[in-house]
Amino acid sequence: MKICVLVKEVPDAAVEKRIDASTGRMDRKGEKNLNPFDTHAIEAAMQIKEGGVVEVEEVIAVTMGPDSAVRALHKAVSLGADRSVHLSDDSLAGSDVAATGYALAKTLEKESPDLVLLGQQSDDGECYTIGAVVADHLGMPSLTQVIKMDVEDGKLRCERQAEYGYDTVAVELPAVISVGDAINEPRYPSLKAIMGAKKKPLEAVSAGDAGIDAALVGAEGSSVDCGSFKAPPSKEAGQIIEDEDTDETVEKIVAWLDERKLLS
Amino acid sequence: MSDILVYVLHYEGTFNKNSLGAVTEGARLASEIDGECHAVVVGGDDLTDELCATIGGHGATKVFRATGPEGLAQPVVDVMAKVIGDNGHSYALFGGGLLGFEIGAGLAARLKAGVTMEVTAINVEDGKLVAERPILQDSSISESRYRSDVGVIIGRLNAFETKESGGGSATVETVDVEFSPFSEKATMVQRGEQRGEDVNIEDAPVLVAGGRGLGKAEGFELCEQLAGALGGAVAATRAVVDAGWYPYSTQIGQTGKTVAPKLYLAAGISGAIQHKVGMQASENIVAINKDSNAPIFEFSDLGIVGDLNKILPKLTDAVKAKKGG
Repeated sequence: MKICVLVKEVPDAAVEKRIDASTGRMDRKGEKNLNPFDTHAIEAAMQIKEGGVVEVEEVIAVTMGPDSAVRALHKAVSLGADRSVHLSDDSLAGSDVAATGYALAKTLEKESPDLVLLGQQSDDGECYTIGAVVADHLGMPSLTQVIKMDVEDGKLRCERQAEYGYDTVAVELPAVISVGDAINEPRYPSLKAIMGAKKKPLEAVSAGDAGIDAALVGAEGSSVDCGSFKAPPSKEAGQIIEDEDTDETVEKIVAWLDERKLLS
Repeated sequence: MSDILVYVLHYEGTFNKNSLGAVTEGARLASEIDGECHAVVVGGDDLTDELCATIGGHGATKVFRATGPEGLAQPVVDVMAKVIGDNGHSYALFGGGLLGFEIGAGLAARLKAGVTMEVTAINVEDGKLVAERPILQDSSISESRYRSDVGVIIGRLNAFETKESGGGSATVETVDVEFSPFSEKATMVQRGEQRGEDVNIEDAPVLVAGGRGLGKAEGFELCEQLAGALGGAVAATRAVVDAGWYPYSTQIGQTGKTVAPKLYLAAGISGAIQHKVGMQASENIVAINKDSNAPIFEFSDLGIVGDLNKILPKLTDAVKAKKGG
């Protein structure tokens, strides 16, 4: 079995996220890291590999992004991926979700994976959607927000929480599965793995290499124009108490609640 | 003419409230762009003519009905692609929920259409729809305009109010669809399993909600004691429900319940959008979190930066003393 894990670099959660007014796109400068949700996808791949139910020949981390995205691939490899693929091309900048999913699907096609895993959402764009886009292009069954996954008789048995409770779904391979963060506790990479990550094979792929139709990607090729922004209706900021003396803090909370007649 | 097609989810013979909200919104928008609002349903024998026609009460003039598996996205993508291909709808609209995201995204790929998700408002501009989507933890709103023939709009949970339009019954048209081979490769083994005891949190005037910051399942005891003192009930985030710390029936947010109590006290909850959509209508929101950067402080009325293990027990005692006094 060959598993591809889609990963993404995102602004470090501690850094304030903002829109670049000159381009109308998210300002992706500053500290970046591997999307935390993707670490669960890599861990899920590693658990299948180490689980012994099926033989996994390779786990490959795949990303699309500028040069800096290489760091996310190094992190993915340090967590256990065998090698990585970096789709990078100026023509891809500004792609919307549908265009990004198409470009990733073209890149994945060349790897012919049996299973594509990804995190259920990214820390920046918060899309639940990329997995479903990729799956439709690849012609594979797909499920998102999966919190338990077992390989049984060459099929996946997946559990997830949906609108009316927990669903159990059997999915034939090859398939595209987005995992939720409850699926596992990702491991920490060893120092040795971190040091060795840069030595593992990393293939740089251009849009042309992947056979991507340039008319379908980038800001021009995207079907959604989201270049205009506005401020949300302002909400009065709440009161903040830094707890230094807990007795005093509690006194303040009780007074606040009492003032609003919430203790009667 | 610009018609809008709305996917309506159902379970055990009842249509989803968020889907009916999307029909209400679709009907409002259709009237402004000189079109009609249609609905599409996919399922088994429980989708009778009578049941489907009732969607007309929310403003749909026609309901397309196809027979197919329930609770899975890809068969619905096949159905909607065919309905839109045959009838030329300009927009596909979804209420909040997990299936809406999956179907909308798959449909966008299939039709080479633009898609916008987490939409909280839709406006009409020159006869076209413009979707508003809050981004970056709701600190900015992005406006989406569509260049494609079809625009896919996926609402955020509870974004669209469900209203009876006073309209009559909708006409029902049965659609025969050949499913894509890969659509039949995912099969439902069990749907709608309830895990844990059934707790009613929707009617409680006060909710004390616990998240990952409680550290462990036993941390919920602190929430239960405070809820007891305040005369309320205990709720939970998805993360801790999925982790098995608390019953599913107490879950707030995207795939859980939507609540609006007089007081919502969030303990160890970061305040992700998926949680926020289920509780932001609460009258008073109090948050306790040790991370001063937690998004929940952006929409709480009173925020306490501190260790909940120290604060909750003392708060419980103080509330008891105050109420008893």
